[in-house]
Amino acid sequence: MSSLIEILPELNIAFFETLLMVGIALLVAIVFGLPFGIILYVTDRGLFLENRWIKGVVGVLINLVRSIPFIILLVFLLPFTNFLLGTTIGPLAASVSLSVAAIPFYARIVESSAREIDKGVIEAAIAVGASPWMIIKHIILPEAKPGLIAGLTITAISLIGYSAMAGTIGGGGIGDLAIRYGYYRYDNTVMFTTVILLIVLVQAVQYFGDFLAKSVNKR
Amino acid sequence: MIELVDITKEFSSSKNEPILGVDNVSLTVNRGEIFGIVGYSGAGKSTLLRCMNILERPTTGVVKVDGVDLLQLSSKQLREARQSIGMIFQGFHLVASKTVFENVAFALKAAGVKKEEIKTRVEELLEIVGLKDRIYQYPAQLSGGQKQRVSIARALANNPSVLLCDEATSALDPSTTKSILALLKRINKEFGLTIVIITHEMEVVKDICHRCAVMQDGRIVEQGNTYDIFSNPSDPLTKKFIDTVLSFDLPSRLLQTTTGKLLQLHFWGEIAAEGVVSDMLQSHKVKGNILHGKVEYIQDVPLGIFIMDLNGAEEEVNQAIEYLRERVSKVEVLQHEQSD
Ligand SMILES: Nc1ncnc2c1ncn2[C@@H]1O[C@H](COP(=O)(O)OP(=O)(O)OP(=O)(O)O)[C@@H](O)[C@H]1O
Ligand SMILES: [Mg+2]
Repeated sequence: MSSLIEILPELNIAFFETLLMVGIALLVAIVFGLPFGIILYVTDRGLFLENRWIKGVVGVLINLVRSIPFIILLVFLLPFTNFLLGTTIGPLAASVSLSVAAIPFYARIVESSAREIDKGVIEAAIAVGASPWMIIKHIILPEAKPGLIAGLTITAISLIGYSAMAGTIGGGGIGDLAIRYGYYRYDNTVMFTTVILLIVLVQAVQYFGDFLAKSVNKR
Repeated sequence: MIELVDITKEFSSSKNEPILGVDNVSLTVNRGEIFGIVGYSGAGKSTLLRCMNILERPTTGVVKVDGVDLLQLSSKQLREARQSIGMIFQGFHLVASKTVFENVAFALKAAGVKKEEIKTRVEELLEIVGLKDRIYQYPAQLSGGQKQRVSIARALANNPSVLLCDEATSALDPSTTKSILALLKRINKEFGLTIVIITHEMEVVKDICHRCAVMQDGRIVEQGNTYDIFSNPSDPLTKKFIDTVLSFDLPSRLLQTTTGKLLQLHFWGEIAAEGVVSDMLQSHKVKGNILHGKVEYIQDVPLGIFIMDLNGAEEEVNQAIEYLRERVSKVEVLQHEQSD
């Protein structure tokens, strides 16, 4: 049984690998998931960019990815990751599949938090002659902000969970460490340490997310 | 100013029969007037109003505002046209995450007003609605009346020629309602703004509308000058609405003790009611009692309604009634059992 001190450097690296994977996937979720979510919302029936075709195509695409269990998506995307990065090992490679999973996940959350907005507010904006882009930028995004941040928190926490799975096929990070030491070597100390680390990480993300969502809420 | 021709709006429903929200309505609102639309819930008032800025696209018909046929415009042209049609709502519909300033500024931004001009214009608008000291507060910090003032400022931002009000005072208490109506009246006078007001309160029509229309089941059953509608309603529904403001409840005990003919006298405009009645009593051998009376001011013009009891020989009473008919705007002989 290795002592905690011995694995500390490795733990340190694993921790930052997890942060890196989750961080990249979150960023991708914001860059792609947010627009997809908004598209899903504004093309809905009765809204100002109502479009059954776009809504249908984007919706099906998103459901397609969401219906694949992550562990299978992970394997399925290996060739794509290899093509993109030239390797399938390491936190960067793991972040590819995490990102692909994060986009539709966050897009649906964005869509549902946009739905929470009072339709009347959007109507009032249409009545003053605002363009669709202005309504999205100045009404929908600010009004949905608390929900968007809370959704990002949920996404981040799910990704931390997924990152452990990505670790099993060589992605690195805390999950990888836990499985290598805890599962293959029966090292309970490392196992418990990583579990505690994950709990602390999830709690910290949740706390920070709640704080942020609350501070932007003007209701 | 606003011209609606044969407007029909159908809503598709899950059943085969489409719902008729508005049924073949034609309506003209003149420049500079305050036009009221009353009706019970579901009559189609909101739908009709929303057709005036194409928030609802009519199934058939023509919508012209300021001479422009709104249904022929491209979406960009329609957005520009909407900038000169302000709208306020029962629920205010302010953006909760924006300050009062930002809420008003949004309308200006939408119209492409330059940043430097926005600040002075917003201050000007908040001055008009009397909310300058709340400029950096959020809607959640304001009362209902104050929120409606912000939404009025937002609606007026781009100097519209028309203001559409959908139950703008229905969420407010009576004294706040009065102050918002006074504000609308002032805006109408000062800026010559054409205002269309939807309401289910006849009081609102009485206070500020020059003309009005009564709606039922998607159709307009009666329209005209507010004074004419109040003094001489023809449709039963209109009468019912008028009754909410002008009704008399005579105690039934009083009715049982009256022996003569019950008359309801209308005095439209500046007719000296007391003079006419006392002249009649002097020149005829009848005895009269005034049981009830009321003078309402509609658009600052008095509308007097009195109920009196006439006693005497049948011949004399009939002559007295003839005498009154010649001098009074309207004389109605009431049935005893009717006025319970
Ligand atoms: N989007 C819609 N889809 C289906 N039916 C609708 C829609 N909007 C209105 N209607 C129907 O059209 C009719 C008129 O509705 P409208 O909202 O214009 O009434 P209203 O006179 O404004 O009533 P209220 O005083 O309750 O606001 C109603 O029967 C309503 O159910
Ligand atoms: Mg309505």
